[in-house]
Amino acid sequence: MPERELDPEYLAGAAAGKLRLQRCAKCARCRFPASPLCPSCLSWDFNWIDASGRGELLSWIRMHKQYFSQLDREVPYNVAMVRLEEGPMMISAIDGDDTQLACGTPLSVVFRPVNGVPLPWFRVASTAGSATDGQ
Amino acid sequence: MTVRDAVAIVGVGTTEFGRLYRDRTTYRSAYSLGAQAFTAALEDAGLERDDIDGLICARLPNYTRVADMIGLRRPSYCLSIDGAGRMSAVAVQLAIGAIQSGMARAVALVYGNNGRSAGASYGGEGGGGPTAHYDTAYGMTSPGAYVAMMYQRYRELYSVPDLALAPLAINNRTHAMRNENAVMRAPLTVEDYANSRFIAEPLRLFDYCLINDGGVAMILTSTDIAAKLDRPMVTVRSTASSGDLTNFYTSDDFFQESCESVASRVFSAAGMTTKDVDCLQIYDNFTPTILFSLEGFGYCAPGTAWEWVRDGRIGLGGEIPVNTSGGHTSESYMQGWALHVEAVRQLRGEAGARQVPDCEVVQYICAAPITASHLLVRA
Repeated sequence: MPERELDPEYLAGAAAGKLRLQRCAKCARCRFPASPLCPSCLSWDFNWIDASGRGELLSWIRMHKQYFSQLDREVPYNVAMVRLEEGPMMISAIDGDDTQLACGTPLSVVFRPVNGVPLPWFRVASTAGSATDGQ
Repeated sequence: MTVRDAVAIVGVGTTEFGRLYRDRTTYRSAYSLGAQAFTAALEDAGLERDDIDGLICARLPNYTRVADMIGLRRPSYCLSIDGAGRMSAVAVQLAIGAIQSGMARAVALVYGNNGRSAGASYGGEGGGGPTAHYDTAYGMTSPGAYVAMMYQRYRELYSVPDLALAPLAINNRTHAMRNENAVMRAPLTVEDYANSRFIAEPLRLFDYCLINDGGVAMILTSTDIAAKLDRPMVTVRSTASSGDLTNFYTSDDFFQESCESVASRVFSAAGMTTKDVDCLQIYDNFTPTILFSLEGFGYCAPGTAWEWVRDGRIGLGGEIPVNTSGGHTSESYMQGWALHVEAVRQLRGEAGARQVPDCEVVQYICAAPITASHLLVRA
């Protein structure tokens, strides 16, 4: 099952409501998925940080084919490609209304389970002070 | 040292894709399919088995089995590579290297695919690389879905209308209808395309490569040896490749940069431009890949290929025919191999009802995490 293979620090973070990312101790580049060395400077020293949770929607699809018999998401379900504010890209899913998505939409992370495992999902970020306030 | 006409493709072999597909009851082994294609390629080349001293197997992990089946006990050059579409061009490049370095005189490239027999779905449990589980945790899988991600972004960035991919699927099908060995030969209309189900939306059934059984083989040798075979000669004028290697199949620039890198080298090494190409064989695991290839290699500007392909420009009789045997969506899903063979047949004048008149230069393009291209010429 996937949860045994995902990095334990990443999974523990998600269970605690945090998006945990590795940051290189030498050049500060953030990376995802988990990896022992920095692809930028090749340093083996890193720290785990709590990412801001902010990101941008690069693209998304709707999966109509049932590739997984044991997945607790029903087709059609959305899958998103997100560029995190810290730099890395990741695959995730959109929580909430996914009928008005547009590339470049600002997102913010939430945590929802898939097959009982808490994972980072993303919601369309609301804009503070937007013109629709109070309407 | 460039390859410039030092290596020739002298033998090509393909199994009867359509006939195999229509017989749904027979289970076939990939090794048997590859061996069938090998014997066909050998006969096509006019060579004997003992003339072959190099073996590259693709999607046939056990090269020992292949060698034992065809009686090639002691090749001077031997390896097996995975079957991914990007590797067919790489296999040709490896054979070129072996021949030009003198490690082998005549190299057989053998590919076998029993995807239908084996019930392949190209996605789901157990697939993907070491980080696939990060994606499969959400239900994300299969190359088609990763290409769908690219197309969704592309169509938004460039305001591409719905059904813009239909001409690509229809072009492939139209060509397959002239190919007696193609799997899918019934006419395909825009309505058929629009009514077909989504697989990974925005991509539909007819945007996807087939799943079928087949084998393909090619034999490459030096032009010195080829010249003695008394057959029309097809040579490799140039070849190049570039990675776009990240954690994802999805490329955030639709492979534009890797295509430009390859295009620059493959054209300059040949002393050619897009204007010299008579026919294109473009790797089409999914229809959007054709758009990315055309733009990446400079046939049209980024964001415009969807318009460029829609009015008959890429059909037989048009300005630059693309995938003249039906491509991966209508001829056969042989992961680039059958497109290589079609390039050779076009250059030899053996394409029958699909023949591009005066075909002297064919370009093969694969836009993928390993992007590659060859310019093949009639010698």
